[in-house]
Amino acid sequence: MKEISKKIISDHGLSKEEYLLIKKILKRKPNLLELGIFSVMWSEHCSYKSTKKWLKTLPTKGENVICGPGENAGIIDIGEEDALVFKMESHNHPSFIEPYQGAATGVGGIMRDVFTMGARPIANLNSLRFGSPKHSKTKNLLSGVVKGIGDYGNCVGIPTVGGECFFHESYNNNILVNAMCVGLVKKNKIFYSIAKGVGNPIIYVGSKTGRDGIHGATMASAEFDDNSESNRPQVQVGDPFMEKLLLESCQELMKEDAIIAIQDMGAAGLTSSSFEMASKGSCGVRLNLEKVPCREKNMTPYEIMLSETQERMLMIVKPSKKKITFEIFKKWGLDAQEIGKITDTGNMEIFFEKKIVGKLPIKPLADSSPEYDRPAKKPAKKKFKSVTCNLSIQEALIKIISSPNHSSKKWIFNQYDKLVMCDTLFFSEQADAAVIRVHNSNKAIAITCDCNPIYCNSDPKLGAAIGVAESWRNLIATGADPIAITDNLNFGNPEKEEIMFQIKEAINGIGIACKALNYPVVSGNVSLYNETNQKSIFPTPVIGGVGLIKDLSKATSMKINKNDSIFLVGECKGHLELSEYNRACNNNEGKPPELDLKKELRNGRFIRNFIQENNNIVSGCHDISEGGLIIALAELAISNKKGIKVKTPDHVKNYERWYFSEDQARYLLIVKNDKKLNEIAKIKNIKVQKVGEVKGNSFSIINKFEIPIKKLINYNNAWFNNYIEK
Amino acid sequence: MSKKNVSIIVFPGSNCDRDLSVSIQKYLNVKVSYVWHNDSKIENYEMIFLPGGFSFGDYLRAGVIATKSPAIHEVIKYAKKGFPIIGICNGFQILTECNLLKGTLLKNNNQLFKCENTHLKVENKESIFSKNLKKKVVEFPIAHAQGNFYTTPDSLKELEDNNQIIFKYSSKNGNINKESNPNGSLNNIAGIINKKKNILGMMPHPERAVDKFGSQDGILFFKGLGELL
Repeated sequence: MKEISKKIISDHGLSKEEYLLIKKILKRKPNLLELGIFSVMWSEHCSYKSTKKWLKTLPTKGENVICGPGENAGIIDIGEEDALVFKMESHNHPSFIEPYQGAATGVGGIMRDVFTMGARPIANLNSLRFGSPKHSKTKNLLSGVVKGIGDYGNCVGIPTVGGECFFHESYNNNILVNAMCVGLVKKNKIFYSIAKGVGNPIIYVGSKTGRDGIHGATMASAEFDDNSESNRPQVQVGDPFMEKLLLESCQELMKEDAIIAIQDMGAAGLTSSSFEMASKGSCGVRLNLEKVPCREKNMTPYEIMLSETQERMLMIVKPSKKKITFEIFKKWGLDAQEIGKITDTGNMEIFFEKKIVGKLPIKPLADSSPEYDRPAKKPAKKKFKSVTCNLSIQEALIKIISSPNHSSKKWIFNQYDKLVMCDTLFFSEQADAAVIRVHNSNKAIAITCDCNPIYCNSDPKLGAAIGVAESWRNLIATGADPIAITDNLNFGNPEKEEIMFQIKEAINGIGIACKALNYPVVSGNVSLYNETNQKSIFPTPVIGGVGLIKDLSKATSMKINKNDSIFLVGECKGHLELSEYNRACNNNEGKPPELDLKKELRNGRFIRNFIQENNNIVSGCHDISEGGLIIALAELAISNKKGIKVKTPDHVKNYERWYFSEDQARYLLIVKNDKKLNEIAKIKNIKVQKVGEVKGNSFSIINKFEIPIKKLINYNNAWFNNYIEK
Repeated sequence: MSKKNVSIIVFPGSNCDRDLSVSIQKYLNVKVSYVWHNDSKIENYEMIFLPGGFSFGDYLRAGVIATKSPAIHEVIKYAKKGFPIIGICNGFQILTECNLLKGTLLKNNNQLFKCENTHLKVENKESIFSKNLKKKVVEFPIAHAQGNFYTTPDSLKELEDNNQIIFKYSSKNGNINKESNPNGSLNNIAGIINKKKNILGMMPHPERAVDKFGSQDGILFFKGLGELL
């Protein structure tokens, strides 16, 4: 047996202290297989060792929460017998190295997390961050990631209904690919990953195990350098057809009352799935690795345990149901094998060709998984000089809507099948959140992903809280009751004090906003070490929000009709720092806008109730976010291909602040009846004011400018088309 | 009178089988049976549908492996007897792969998957599948990576001479031009029938156009099929 050298230990991403702890737990030196298992179980990706302490502070309970963090995905109650299972997960490191496969397997992994729990996936979303469009790699990464996401979801037949795509140079060498999946399940048909019953068989099903992705979890827990692309063999290859077979066969088996526990083999493959199931059930597990279906010859126990081959599941089934289990998998043409049994030893015992090759105590390993309180330091405040902006309103508007981040993303969305399953009522670009019917019912769910890294970089706490509020508003604007979130926290190296500061602050901000909005966190993922050559990404805590629309006939999009009135709900305070307007003038410094969560609640409830109670006079609704009032208005005009006449209220002195400020808690409400809205707003003491009317064929501010709607649309479409075709 | 029976052939990678079944049950008032691709007997054959999806992953040419399924041999048998067969998207690809329909479906001309609403001019208003549409232009979404219809000049002429072209991608007003061609299909062809006129293949999805949140032209399509039974 190979001697464990210092180099082997550091190659496994373990510190000296961690190695000493391993020896203490085992009361001996580990062998290479055991070391490999510790290394993946204790990797940042699997153990959350740098963030666990802070994640515990998040609100995770609520009247609608059925299952919070800790399982494969979170679960919320949406009334009657229905529940939603959802989670977001990153595949950042692999997607940078191999964009197509990295992104595809990210989608595959998150869907398995959801259908493992018994749910049928009904919607996929994604949140993408790329480097500057001018960076030599960006175009290739963008094309590969989008195609990877599309090909995977399209083939499995789950609609990809929404998401975001943002370019910034801080992601030049560390792109972010966060994929979210939402599934639907009957409350009494939820499956968990708690192993039970000594002697029960452990069944392996899905793709044959290959040498791909060995140490993927460890790679995702380290910084990149210039040689990172040589990590390509650590990126797994996706097979969406196999995923479809797994999905359908698991759904069929789940009707048979056969499965005791089930878990997908995600990061750290067979190791973490078998370990976690046994750990949750406080039992032992015995694996016979020679039974594992392998794709290649002569695979070692080390490779089998650590492989991250995709599209594999592990399940504990009732012995009496073994026959039907194998029959169902055979029908779907899948490889299924009994590879072990549940024991009462409390150990993970790994056998290979009848010889024991590894033995690890489960509880001590799980209990002593490291938890760090890493030092954090607030970065010194930078002084900044503000630059005066010389752009006219019209110039700034055109510049923003034709910029990479605000131009139409049709090129992306059209590569996704948004409509399969025939329950998509609205997808991104039609409404603030995607709205999906709960199949065969009269209710719908709203889903969105949001994050503003510019705000988060300046003030991680406030920026993250705004991300939560923005997702909440996007759900409100569709007429939904926001219920809960999943989060995907993307940061740099936590061993650096400034990064640790960002992490702690952002988690704190999420917690504050979620508590105030009664909007708990039910699942999530952390992706750290998004750094290359010491340069970190902007802190990017992405929020995936989910809400419920009890009566789908009240689902509201961004629709406007001729002669409708457009009202601003909420107050303009004129905050321009970090706004799109300031950034269009190269003024990149300052603070994010203030967030008053009480006001968010008040205005949000008003909008939600107005949509519900006066639905016959509401055409559409749109929240005001990046770019401010004028961009929100232009987005309405563009998506409806209709003219809008914007009138500046008499009290407005500073046009730039009025039209471009990014103050929070604001919406545009489009109504057919001014009087009714004014009356109700007065009773409820909510500030509303008319800002425009749907009229004609151009977008104009009275006495300022007029742009024909076709031209406005061309401005909005031009950037992406030119960029891709060049 | 008992309900008529129609079948949907299900391959392991089909993913529009449920969507199709929902529309058929709602607008045809028939009993729908799913037929597993491995079944060598189709018992409910008054009308047979081949749904959209990725029959066997379609890593090779879309639909090619599906032609080896036992159920397809049955479909061919019934097709020859003159029963109505309808293939949508992947179903169309399979019908061309087993030579029940002319031509082939190449990769889209921009090499990318495309999902969007398309307008279709109804070219032949007399076929059993289109005679009840009662509209010059219908709106159905497409969602495919291989929908670029191609055939030889001779067989194109045959398709035209026999009036076998049912749908062409068009503008909202029915103009057939390059701008309204989403995938590079020859002459904007979106759907065709066989010479005997009992088999329809089309790339667009009528089952996705039956909801008040989008186009509802699919309802006309399915109601029209109902009148055949």
